[in-house]
Amino acid sequence: MNDIFSNPVLAKALPEAIVETLQMVGISGFFTVLVGLPLGVFLHATAPGGLRPMPVVNRIVSDIVVNITRSIPFAILMVALIPLARLLVGTSLGPVAASVSLSIGTIPFFARLVEACLRDVHHGKIDAAQVMGSTRMQVINKVMLPESLPALVAAATTTVVTLVGYSAMAGLVGGGGLGKLAYNYGFQRFDVTVMLVTIVLIIVLVQVIQLTGEWISRSLDHR
Amino acid sequence: MITVTDLRKVYRQGKKEVVALDGVSLSVPKGSIHGIIGHSGAGKSTLVRCLTLLDRPTSGSVNIDGTELSSVRDSEIRAARRRIGMVFQHANLMDSRTAAGNVAHPLELVKTPKDTVRTKVAELLKLVGLEGFENAYPSQLSGGQRQRVGIARALASDPDVLLCDEPTSALDPATTDEILDLIQDLTRRLQLTVLIITHEMHVVKRVCGSVSLLAKGRVVEAGELADVAAELDSKLARALLPLPASEPIKGALQAGPVLEILFSGESAKEPVLTSVARHFDIDLNVLAGSVETLGGQQFGHLRVQLADHADYDAVLGYLRDRGISAKLADATDRSDESDFASDTADFAVETGDSK
Repeated sequence: MNDIFSNPVLAKALPEAIVETLQMVGISGFFTVLVGLPLGVFLHATAPGGLRPMPVVNRIVSDIVVNITRSIPFAILMVALIPLARLLVGTSLGPVAASVSLSIGTIPFFARLVEACLRDVHHGKIDAAQVMGSTRMQVINKVMLPESLPALVAAATTTVVTLVGYSAMAGLVGGGGLGKLAYNYGFQRFDVTVMLVTIVLIIVLVQVIQLTGEWISRSLDHR
Repeated sequence: MITVTDLRKVYRQGKKEVVALDGVSLSVPKGSIHGIIGHSGAGKSTLVRCLTLLDRPTSGSVNIDGTELSSVRDSEIRAARRRIGMVFQHANLMDSRTAAGNVAHPLELVKTPKDTVRTKVAELLKLVGLEGFENAYPSQLSGGQRQRVGIARALASDPDVLLCDEPTSALDPATTDEILDLIQDLTRRLQLTVLIITHEMHVVKRVCGSVSLLAKGRVVEAGELADVAAELDSKLARALLPLPASEPIKGALQAGPVLEILFSGESAKEPVLTSVARHFDIDLNVLAGSVETLGGQQFGHLRVQLADHADYDAVLGYLRDRGISAKLADATDRSDESDFASDTADFAVETGDSK
């Protein structure tokens, strides 16, 4: 027990690592929802039988962009995107740079979840909205998104939890954070205390995200 | 007033053409309720989709108070839809909105000022008997209450026509009658033109002034309820006044002829059976019977067995002279229960829900 408080690595590097992890998860989580939500709506609306079927465009975006991005293992995608991060934020090091590849890795994943959520909105509700004279945008904004909001929050929660895992990986190639701490000290220097503490912290972080997400989702659900 | 003329809808399924509506015509005056009855696959759902412009008819016209809907341009389709209020089988309310929020939904679409929305929603909820339920979510309401919210929502855009697609098929009998009475009451008070699409004869009996029987995409019988019910041989009359299956009674009247008799209007008030018995000095047995008030008129449908020595031609003539439809029942007529079903359900091609 004493070891936890006297361990020099934990005292010096831990607070910074926690902040870096939260930064990575926060920034990439924000951009994933910002881009992934409209992308998911687009995938759903342009699919056959959707609000505005566009078979060719849907095929291209769905099969090529989304599926190809999703089929590249994240560890490889991350390394491959280092030049892009340098282009966008001027550096390939640090949590902000890591957020670029984290966002690009999870946007297609979240978009697929959004698409599935929207597909679950009962067709009768969309018929009802159209019969009362809704535009397509009104169907999306006033029916599809509000009706699937509890499911969308649950999808975002799953995505952010995935991001915590990815952020540990991103730490190894320059992102920093708890992943880097565990690797550098826990793995390379056999500091078991550091290893255990980071594992516990990540477990706590995931639990907090999951429970908060479930609570928000439940309080939005009026079914 | 809604007038549908020679409406046709043909779907393409690969190389096959499926005719879902094959020249449907009907006309419903303001302030009256018209029932459209038929089994699954008869074309009811397609008719609904064409009337609400969710699907474009292949040919034919839909006209509401002089405005042609079927040829309206895509840009005007939303304004045209607002002339029709629609009530769905499962209400199709938004779960994320309260009762008030659901009723306000059509008003929000055309940017109605907030104050107007609030007063209008309160009025509509009062109209359907849901005062005090403004803040309840659909999950907190019963099936009947949900349907009331659905009706209030349908009326929010001040439509001329109320289109009800199986409005009571998901409700229990008591709630069904409450909802039907509400629709009838609103029709009178708001001078609506109402179309009710249903497979339940009970709905037609209770509220409809006129009725069309839809089968295989065609209207096979149609008319005022009182008129179609008075036709002894019509499918609608058999469905409106069904007789249970019955066997001729053995014994005193063994082997006597069996007659089918249909009274309507004034003739229903005459004590016909006893006067037949007295006039011909014969005995008779009632095997089955059904008595209803349809479209404000009394109807009676009886299956009667005469004594075996009776001269049934004379009896039939006597009845017809008094304005009563009567005929000799054939063995195959002995049950009406399945009649309506077997006539329309002998094709299984489900065309209504295909897109």
